[in-house]
Amino acid sequence: MNFNPAIDTQNLSSVKPIMELRNVSRTFMVSQGVFRGKKPLKAVNEVSLKVHRGEVLGLVGESGCGKTTLAMMLLGLLTPGQGEILIEDQAVSGWNLLEITSRIQPIFQDPYSSLNPRKTVGQSISLPLAIHKTVQKKDRRQLVEKMLEAVGLPGRFYNSYPNQLSGGQRQRVAIARALVMKPQIVICDEPTSALDVSVQSQILNLLLKLKNQLNLTYLFISHNLAVVEHLASRVAVMYLGRVVEEGGCERLFSKPLHPYTQALLKSVLLPEPGQGISNVNLGAGFPNPIDPPTGCTFHPRCPQVMDICRTQSPGSLSIEDGYVECHLYRKENKNYLN
Amino acid sequence: MTVLLEVENLTVDIPLAAGDLHAVRGVDFTVKKGETLGIVGESGCGKSITSFAIMNLLPQSAVRNSRRLVFDGQALDELSEEQLSDIRGNKMSMIFQEPMTSLNPSYTIGEQLIETLLRHRKAARREAVERAVFLLEKVGITAAASRLKQYPHQLSGGLRQRVMIAMALMCGPEMIIADEPTTALDVTIQAQILNLLAGIQSEFQMGQILITHDLGVIASVAHRVAVMYAGQFVETGSVAEVFETPMHPYTQGLLACIPIPGKTKRGSFLGSIPGKVPTLIGDQTGCSFANRCAYVKEACLLKNVPMNSIGSVRSYRCILSSEVCYQNAREAACS
Amino acid sequence: MSVQNDTLKQIPNDEEIIEPTPGQIMRTRALRHWGLMIGGIVLGIIVILALAAPIAAPHDPYTQTLSNRLLPPVWDAKGSINHILGTDQVGRDYFSRLLYGARISLMIGFATVLLSGFIGTSLGLMAGYFGGRVDLFINYLITVRLSLPGILVALATVQLIGGSLPVVIAVLGFMLWVRFAVVIRSATMQIRNMDYIKAARAAGCSAFRLIVTQILPNVLNQFVVIATLEAAHAILLEAALSFLGIGVQPPLPSWGLMINEGKDYMFFKPYLISISGIALFCLVLSINLVGDGIRDVTAPENRN
Repeated sequence: MNFNPAIDTQNLSSVKPIMELRNVSRTFMVSQGVFRGKKPLKAVNEVSLKVHRGEVLGLVGESGCGKTTLAMMLLGLLTPGQGEILIEDQAVSGWNLLEITSRIQPIFQDPYSSLNPRKTVGQSISLPLAIHKTVQKKDRRQLVEKMLEAVGLPGRFYNSYPNQLSGGQRQRVAIARALVMKPQIVICDEPTSALDVSVQSQILNLLLKLKNQLNLTYLFISHNLAVVEHLASRVAVMYLGRVVEEGGCERLFSKPLHPYTQALLKSVLLPEPGQGISNVNLGAGFPNPIDPPTGCTFHPRCPQVMDICRTQSPGSLSIEDGYVECHLYRKENKNYLN
Repeated sequence: MTVLLEVENLTVDIPLAAGDLHAVRGVDFTVKKGETLGIVGESGCGKSITSFAIMNLLPQSAVRNSRRLVFDGQALDELSEEQLSDIRGNKMSMIFQEPMTSLNPSYTIGEQLIETLLRHRKAARREAVERAVFLLEKVGITAAASRLKQYPHQLSGGLRQRVMIAMALMCGPEMIIADEPTTALDVTIQAQILNLLAGIQSEFQMGQILITHDLGVIASVAHRVAVMYAGQFVETGSVAEVFETPMHPYTQGLLACIPIPGKTKRGSFLGSIPGKVPTLIGDQTGCSFANRCAYVKEACLLKNVPMNSIGSVRSYRCILSSEVCYQNAREAACS
Repeated sequence: MSVQNDTLKQIPNDEEIIEPTPGQIMRTRALRHWGLMIGGIVLGIIVILALAAPIAAPHDPYTQTLSNRLLPPVWDAKGSINHILGTDQVGRDYFSRLLYGARISLMIGFATVLLSGFIGTSLGLMAGYFGGRVDLFINYLITVRLSLPGILVALATVQLIGGSLPVVIAVLGFMLWVRFAVVIRSATMQIRNMDYIKAARAAGCSAFRLIVTQILPNVLNQFVVIATLEAAHAILLEAALSFLGIGVQPPLPSWGLMINEGKDYMFFKPYLISISGIALFCLVLSINLVGDGIRDVTAPENRN
């Protein structure tokens, strides 16, 4: 039952991406207290990414790194402050919400809050159909039941309420709702982290199966690196609103470049005895995102920090299969690539 | 090594409108000094209730029974509530999952740390402050003396969990029960906290019960592991043995569910355990995993399955012989 | 892994739904709730009697028969079965007036809640959903309304325009929306952040549709609870206004008005005020019991 999801990452540059982000930023004004006024928080800071058709782009990073803000912008629920988002080479900024939503759909983390408790499963799944009016009312039920079967639930769940279902079943309903409009891109925002291990694997299998059947493209946001490694063809690592490293999944996991990526990979705990925990040497302090460090924002935690890191922001450095933002790999340094 | 905690046939029943919920159904284990016992299981399997039962922190309506519940030579089930609260936080302390809710937001962390010590020990305030600073430094908090004046909301999640650990250590406990201590934290912070806990534990030779749903955490820090399913231990043993050759079909299934970079083929379908956990309300007969087990036989449904021991620490709850289980484990590992 | 892969095909198809639907849960809870049952029965009887007043009333409530003034009720030695609860100071049948008075009280409660509920819920939903400046403005309205002494404003308005049933309903309706707005606002703010709202927005749902089809059903239980409290409140306020002579105008048989009319005789004919007082008490109590019951019955369940 195996198949190979990995697309030849080398030849991707010639293919047009299905979704592209160009220098996308979003700043929130955060209140500091009653008399202190507001300060800007750069939740997403000049992120550029390309996602190709049929690919799974893994997006990893710790809480507060801007993953969710990025997802909200892709879904059209937040507008980017700067930069633009393109779908099939067209800027979405001029589109109305219906156009965006028929192509991009989300799957959220918590199956207990992602379904309206007062609506039946059928009502929840057919809501997008009712909004877009693409399917006639009398045909909706049949289509919804077909969707239910596609996600491994019997059609008779149509009239059930979310409280009657288990966490895994709810997540299947949420997947059915996301796919009923036949979107091209699905944003999976931590789709399994609220689930038990045995249920998690079922949902991951389902996502894999549906991706192949429907030729979907996933943006898979997760903090679970083992899961990302298993699913993704490309991975982007976010830290304090910036993508600090992006590249092919295999290369990134076998030869991580950015010290933060290295630390993340070292922190993964696998169910294999005798490995112990490696000391990641990151220090305890996650910097205040309202007042980020100067230069490279990672420098206060970086085990390989140099003088230049404290003053100069590294900017993005192209590498073979993506880019990395780190001074270590500049021309003048010993780690220079190529 | 001396045995610190002995639990034999611990049961917890919670009366509900629909009948008695048998949350914990006959659990036996021991914890020695300097040893970490990991209890792993999915939500609702009774792992947290087990820890609450030891500390006697169960909800009022719950009924706890045990053949033996001995901590450090004292039978816990014979102690009064007063004597128990002398033990709690003193000789035996607990670290919870959510550091946000387990610290009181209206007191500084210094006050809370000192209070923990002064409640149990006759000590001068200055000594308590000194110990608080010492422990905060021990758990890797810089500028510890100035942190004492801070309130919990001024600290990040990782720092708060460090404070919780320091608080658990204030009275120099002999045993720590950590209930999902790192679940709410980011991965890099999780690694640091687990490292810290393991270091402190071996330094002070404490016993530890680590409760988690994360097999990776258990594999990294525990010495022995107990896999819990539907209120029972289904497999116990040293971490190396259980993870290398899981005997019980549930353990085998659980391990197959987790992708391991470098081992699991990327993009392949993961293993899964079909079906769902049976309800624990009402009388239970037969193996509780039978409805999900690939090797189920008629005999599994008829009577309760006892633990089979192999060697001194290894045991599993299945009617299959150990040879067959080994065989199954090997096949699962090869495919 | 081969073992588990084979079973992949048959994953949860064999699962049965055993959990009850939210409706079924509510029904079982309601049947076990004594307060709700008692309140519901009492309220039901009052509603039926009020609706059936034209049939059930033995006499016309407005016909004055001066020869039959101040007849005592049937349990008095001098009472007669013809006038079960006796007659008032101008000889109208008390029981008939009581029945017709129930219509007025229920009408006041219902109509006021309809008006104030509509105003308050709309404002609360908007404030909670849109937040920001909309919320600031609506909060300002709420604060302004809260700083007005309600009963005095009602008194002044009714004095100016003149008391009548529609005026009382309008005045109370425009006074009592605050609690709706406050409660619905905070409930909406909680729901706004749920993932299913994000999912509906990501499906292209417009704000209006989202509020009406996704949020409103989830605040309905809070609405019903507030509605009962405010209905009881409105009924009491109407009685107070009528008692003061500026609410419902005679000869309409409002219970408050009946107490007012009977107050001159209270030392000689205490039943004139006590019977309508008891009726008022029973109605308000039953509505409150029903409200409390609905709150308990619709309380969200724990996750596990």
